[in-house]
Amino acid sequence: MCVNSEAFLYLVASVCFIMSLQGLSSAKTSKMGNLYGIVGMVIAIGTALMGSGISSYGFIVGGIVIGGVIGTFIAQAIQMTALPQLVAAFHSLVGLAAVFVAYAAYQAPEAYKIGTIGNIYRASLIEMTLGTIIGAITFTGSLVAFGKLQGLIKGKPLSFAGQHLLNAGLGGAIFLMAAIFVFTESHLIFWMIVALSFVLGFMLILPIGGADMPVIVSMLNSYSGWAAAGIGFTLHNNLLIITGALVGSSGAILSYIMCKGMNRSFFNVILGGFGNDDVAGPSGQKAIEDRPVKSGSAEDAAFIMAQAQNVIIVPGYGMAVAQAQHALKEMGDQLKKMGANVRYAIHPVAGRMPGHMNVLLAEANVPYEDVFELEDINNDFANCDVAFVIGANDVTNPAAKTDPTSPIFGMPILEVEKARTVLFVKRSMASGYAGVENELFFRPNTMMLFGDAKKVSEDLSKSLHNA
Amino acid sequence: MNDILKDRLRDLAETLQEAATKASEIGHAIADTATQSSTYTAGLSPFIVGLTVFVLAIFVGYYVVWKVTPALHSPLMSVTNAISSVIVIGALIAAGQDLNGTAKIAGFVAIILASINIFGGFVVTRRMLEMFDSKKKGN
Repeated sequence: MCVNSEAFLYLVASVCFIMSLQGLSSAKTSKMGNLYGIVGMVIAIGTALMGSGISSYGFIVGGIVIGGVIGTFIAQAIQMTALPQLVAAFHSLVGLAAVFVAYAAYQAPEAYKIGTIGNIYRASLIEMTLGTIIGAITFTGSLVAFGKLQGLIKGKPLSFAGQHLLNAGLGGAIFLMAAIFVFTESHLIFWMIVALSFVLGFMLILPIGGADMPVIVSMLNSYSGWAAAGIGFTLHNNLLIITGALVGSSGAILSYIMCKGMNRSFFNVILGGFGNDDVAGPSGQKAIEDRPVKSGSAEDAAFIMAQAQNVIIVPGYGMAVAQAQHALKEMGDQLKKMGANVRYAIHPVAGRMPGHMNVLLAEANVPYEDVFELEDINNDFANCDVAFVIGANDVTNPAAKTDPTSPIFGMPILEVEKARTVLFVKRSMASGYAGVENELFFRPNTMMLFGDAKKVSEDLSKSLHNA
Repeated sequence: MNDILKDRLRDLAETLQEAATKASEIGHAIADTATQSSTYTAGLSPFIVGLTVFVLAIFVGYYVVWKVTPALHSPLMSVTNAISSVIVIGALIAAGQDLNGTAKIAGFVAIILASINIFGGFVVTRRMLEMFDSKKKGN
C-alpha cells in the first residue's frame, strides 16, 4: 500500500476517534461512540499491518491474542466499584507500552525509518526520549494510584521534608540525561532515563491522598495521551499525534473540572498540599466530639422519610466502599412508591474518579433523569424535606462557605444544610479526607445514622416498607 | 539582394538562437525554482508538520471533550484509555520486522500491554454504557 493511502486510512481512523468522543456528549449516542472507537482502532491496526516493513506476523498475532484475552477477561470480571483502580492500572500499561515502543525504535531505527543504529536523527531522538520519560512516569505514577485506590498503599498523603526539592532534582537529572542521550545514544543513559523517570513517577504520586485521586487519575489519563503523541512524533504518524492530543486534552480538562470541584489549583493538588499536618492539623484536632450530636435509628429515620415529599440523596465514596448502590436504589424506589419525589445529587469530586457515582447509580438502575449535577440541583435543597447523605462528607461541609480558615474554604458544596432535615449516614464520627470536622453534624436539623451504608439503606427500606 | 536577404536571415537565426538560449535558461531557472520549492516542502521538517497536526488536534479535543456530559466522565476516561493504546501501531512495526531481535521482543511486549488496554478499555466502556442504557429502558 502506498504511503498516501496509508496516511488517508489513518486520517479516517482519527476521525473515528473524534466521533467516538463526540458520541459521549449524550447517553443516547454514547454506545455509538464506543463503536466508532472500535472501528477506528480496527482501521488503524489493519492499516499498520498492511503497511511496508512488516514481514512476519507470528509475534503480532500472538501478542494481540494474549493481550486481548487478558484485557477482555479483566474488563468482564471487574466490579463497578473497582472501576477507578482498573482505569489507573490501564493507564500504567499505556505508559509502559510507550516505553517499550520507544526502546524498540531505538533498537531498530531502520524499521521506523528514523536513521540507523548509532546514527538516529536528532529530532527523532528528542521525541523518543520525551515519549519514554512521559511513559515511564505514567507507568509508576499509575501504579501508585492503583495501589492507593486498591488499598494496597495507605491512602493518607505521605510527605517528608525536602520532597519537592528531591523531585526537582530528579527532574533536573532526567533532563540532563536526556540531553546526553540525544548526543550519545548510549544504552546506559537510556536505561538511566527510564529508571529515574520510574522513580519520579513514584515520588510524584506517593504524597497525594486518596480523595485527590479523581484529579490524579485524570492527570495520568492526560499523560498517557501525551506519551502516545510523543511516540507519534517519533514515528511521524499523524494518527498517533492526533489521538495523543485528544486523550491529552481530555485528561487535562477532566483534571481541571476536578480541581474546580475542590476549589484548588492543579499545582496545589500535585504538590500534595492537602491533608498535610500543617494545613489540616489545627482545625482537625480542635474540639472533637465535645458537642452533642443527634443520632437516630433506622426506624426514626424511616419515620421522618415517610412524611417527606421531596428527598434528595447525596452519595459519596462511602457508598462505593460499602457497595450500597443497589440497597440505596431500593430505598429510593420504596420512597417513590410512597409518593415522594426522589432525586440524586452528584458533586463533581464525589468518588474516586470523574463520573464514578453516576456509573454506580447507573449500575443500580437509577434512572438517568433522577441524577443531577451540583449546579442543577443545589438551589432545590432549600425546599426539600430530607437530604440523605450517604458516604459523602467534605462535599457537604458548610464550613467551605463560612469559615475562611478552613482548608476546604471556597470549595463548591452541596447545600444540604438548607434541607428541612439532614440524614447523615456515617460509620463513625471521624473527620473526612480533608481532616476537617463537619459543622453539619452538630446542626439541630441533622440526624446521624451510624452504621455501614449498605446496612443502613437496607434497614431503612425495611422500616419504610413496614411504615 | 540575395546577399542582403542572407545577411538578414543569418541575423534572424542568430537572434532566434540567442532567444532560444535565453528561453532555455529561463526554463532551467523556473525548473530550478520549482525543484527547490518542492524540495523545500518535502524538506519541511516532519516535526513542524506533526506539531501543526498536534496543536489543531488539541483544539478539537478541547471542544469535543467540554461537550461530554459529566455523567459520562467515567466512560470518557475508559474510552480515551482504550484509544490512546493506538501506540500499538508503533509496536506492530517492531514486532513485524526481522532486523533486530531485541526490538522484536520489545514490540511483542508492547503489543500485549496495549492489547490488554484496547480490549479491556472498550469492553469496560461498553459495560458502563449498557448500564446507562438499560435504566432508560427500565423506566
